[in-house]
Amino acid sequence: MPKSSFATMCKRVANRPSLSRMSMPFRLDDDPGANFSALLHRIGLSPFEVGSHGSLAVPHATTCVAIRTADGVVMGGDRRATSGNLISHREMEKVVEADQFSGVAIAGAAGPAMEMVKLFQLQIEHYEKVEGVSLSLEGKANQLSMFVRSNLPAAMQGFMVVPIFAGYDHVTERGRLWDYDATGGRYEERDFVATGSGMLHAGAVLRMAWKRDLSTSAAVELVSRALWEAADADSATGGPDTTRGIFPTVAIITASGFARVGDDLLARVYQEIAEGVVRP
Amino acid sequence: MSMPFYVAPEQMMKDRADFARKGIARGKSLVALQFDEGIAIVAENPSNTLRKVSEIYDRIAFAGVGKYTEYDQLRVAGIRAADLKGYQFSRLDVDARSLANQYAQIIGQIFTHEVKPLEVEILVAELGGTADRDQLFHILYDGTVIDEQQYSVLGGDADAIQVRLKEQFAPGMNLTAAVKSAVYALSTGDKTVDSEDVEVAVLRRDGDRRCFSRVPDSAIAECFS
Repeated sequence: MPKSSFATMCKRVANRPSLSRMSMPFRLDDDPGANFSALLHRIGLSPFEVGSHGSLAVPHATTCVAIRTADGVVMGGDRRATSGNLISHREMEKVVEADQFSGVAIAGAAGPAMEMVKLFQLQIEHYEKVEGVSLSLEGKANQLSMFVRSNLPAAMQGFMVVPIFAGYDHVTERGRLWDYDATGGRYEERDFVATGSGMLHAGAVLRMAWKRDLSTSAAVELVSRALWEAADADSATGGPDTTRGIFPTVAIITASGFARVGDDLLARVYQEIAEGVVRP
Repeated sequence: MSMPFYVAPEQMMKDRADFARKGIARGKSLVALQFDEGIAIVAENPSNTLRKVSEIYDRIAFAGVGKYTEYDQLRVAGIRAADLKGYQFSRLDVDARSLANQYAQIIGQIFTHEVKPLEVEILVAELGGTADRDQLFHILYDGTVIDEQQYSVLGGDADAIQVRLKEQFAPGMNLTAAVKSAVYALSTGDKTVDSEDVEVAVLRRDGDRRCFSRVPDSAIAECFS
């Protein structure tokens, strides 16, 4: 008696799923399910793998923060990427939409970090399409932790990626935020979190001014202030660049979804902060 | 000594096609049609969880009739191929024509080489920048690809449904009118299709990256009133 005909058929038709060629889903024992990175592994495309060579001077992204508010979370990140003493990018986007109700902010080696974010966004969408429902917020946080962990060999060689993940949780009906360490350790924070080279300065501002149930607009001002102070004291963090019209990225995530704060509003916020600093 | 039976290739293909057609005719049909904001896919489907219509990529939708497990596997294969291609190249490089060709190859391969052909018909729909660039690829159980304009009918009773849809279809109608005419077309013979038994999903030209959305039951019920 042969094995079930559908299984053998799939086996034969699937034989080797080559790059970007469609094949029937795999046999039950090696089906990657809704896991996009397992699918990449199967076809021999594994991100986060490094050889054993010396360290390279690659661009690094710096300070990011996130705080919990009455309605959700507010995230922010500066726009500078540095390679040693050089400024390599002035307009890097470190706070990006992961999906409609969550965002991820990255600090660390820019290349692996961007790749990780891209893969993370794809994983969330891939899961949603294959399974027909979205991953829970907790599930997304856990998935990101696995990506950070698989980057550990690269982190050991200096390509560390330390993200923040934040979003609105429809189950508990509040904002939640997580930070990570290089080994994939995942820590849920109650109130606020800062990461990157300016984390001490930005974190100090948040620690001083954070209050329970901050309004979203107050949180946007606080995030902007934290990034201002980080830029003031840390050379790798960029402040608002009024000459070129480049402002830090600030995003709000509430029950109605992810939204970027417009540059015109940030320009006003930074104008006010600058007025408090400038010598008359 | 036993001799293998000789079966003429014509007869073998005919038997397989009859088998597949019978399987497809046992299931319920669906209609895809253009409306003023994009493409609507309307399926007769009593289940609220086992979907006939689903999202493949930003501007691409998938729909299947026939045996659920078989078109669902094809659906997952399509999502994988599309997501892998978008990851390796760019999101702009993922297109319905290439997906349709890959589907046709798989289905055609199974039709001629396997013990049993797939008892499915599928649709790959892509939303263009403008209505005249919309694409509807209808793929049959033997891998035949048909590039259809304005509307497409999948399922056992396709001929009768197509005749009824043609009576009602008007280019540029709104979603309510499109759902109404699709439901009218699906109600062949003395069959009546209830609003609870209808699944509607749309690809909408609204500027969002992901154009696919499901129409909620409440909105479908309104189309019936």
